[in-house]
Amino acid sequence: MRLLTHNMLANNAKGVTKGFPLGLEVTAVETKEAEFNPDFLKKMVPKLEWGAFCEAAAVIGVTGFPTAVTPDLFEDEAFLKKFHNALLEVHVEEGVLICPESGRRFAINKGIPNMLLNEDEC
Amino acid sequence: MSRPEHTAPAEVFYNDTEAKKYTASTRMMEIQETLTKRALELLALPQDGSPKLLLDIGCGSGLSGQTISEEGHHWIGMDISPSMLEVAQEIEAEGDLLLADMGQGVPMRPAMFDGAISISAVQWLCNADSTAHNPRLRLKQFFSTLYRSLARGARAILQIYPESMQQAEMITMAAMRAGFSGGLVVDYPNSARAKKHYLCLMAGAATTAALPAAKGLDGSDDEDDPESVQFAERARGKRRKGADGGAVAGATKRHPDGKGRNWVLKKKDKRRKQGYMDVPEDTKYTARKRKSKHLS
Repeated sequence: MRLLTHNMLANNAKGVTKGFPLGLEVTAVETKEAEFNPDFLKKMVPKLEWGAFCEAAAVIGVTGFPTAVTPDLFEDEAFLKKFHNALLEVHVEEGVLICPESGRRFAINKGIPNMLLNEDEC
Repeated sequence: MSRPEHTAPAEVFYNDTEAKKYTASTRMMEIQETLTKRALELLALPQDGSPKLLLDIGCGSGLSGQTISEEGHHWIGMDISPSMLEVAQEIEAEGDLLLADMGQGVPMRPAMFDGAISISAVQWLCNADSTAHNPRLRLKQFFSTLYRSLARGARAILQIYPESMQQAEMITMAAMRAGFSGGLVVDYPNSARAKKHYLCLMAGAATTAALPAAKGLDGSDDEDDPESVQFAERARGKRRKGADGGAVAGATKRHPDGKGRNWVLKKKDKRRKQGYMDVPEDTKYTARKRKSKHLS
């Protein structure tokens, strides 16, 4: 699971009104190279919950992102490379996702988050 | 044609052997590729050269994902079968994978995707694999969360193998009730082999649906219309008696004259709108009084 996906995931169990951003605990990460595309990165920024992204990036060991993204940052090659690396190249292999509202824990095994709900949750 | 939905739930049917078989079969790969290509064509993504983010529902072993990657788009796939996802990991699918049940909804934040595709998966929702499964509610949950997860104006193309016309209608109706516009596209309708159903859905696109026509355009009055709302004094007092002095059949406090045909029609209509497919047709016999049981 990449941080791109982490940023989009939400717990949609019954009774949970705002099941995102999910908390992240990590025990193993892996880096796989991905194609660098500044256009895609620029397009993703408004979609991301930037605060949640920065927190998650800190969990996987990438720190030092600015608190907000300004248009002139898109000209900054170093920033884009770092953003690209954290968003698309680092894969969380083993870990846990935690719902901010209910505290429900979703396990990540072999890079696949298990978002299956129990019968009483849906 | 055998239907895997009838043998076992998806997460059981697509076990390790079935998942390997599925992905190793060149015939399956070809079919999946053609279906995905057609789905992407119907998705009609803007050709501005920038990669899009797509959702693949029931991504399985990532065969459809490979085609999406070849087109240069990013994708996130969800599937209920851990074995299929494991195979997807092995063949190094480029998209991220989620273990999730579409009947429990798409576990995503609102307005994330530029489009969604699904190849041969959604008909599984019509099966109840456990007592907690209700196809009607699962379809509703799936389509409402799918709608939410799509960006406004985005499309979802769901290729399905409906068992019957009724099932296709059930799926389409569920999508329409969730707010989608669009409909079913049937490729090669006259060929038993090549016939393919694509449910083409648009989220929040410009609505083309015409407004319902106003009543009374022909100069009639609302009193002539039996369906228009009537204002009348509330019936008070005891239950009204029938002509012979006995209580009217089915009379209640709210319906002193019995509920009547219009009430039955209204209830049946409401049931249909809720998505129940087993509501009998309205005929001249609907809510007709039964014959007296007494033989004279």
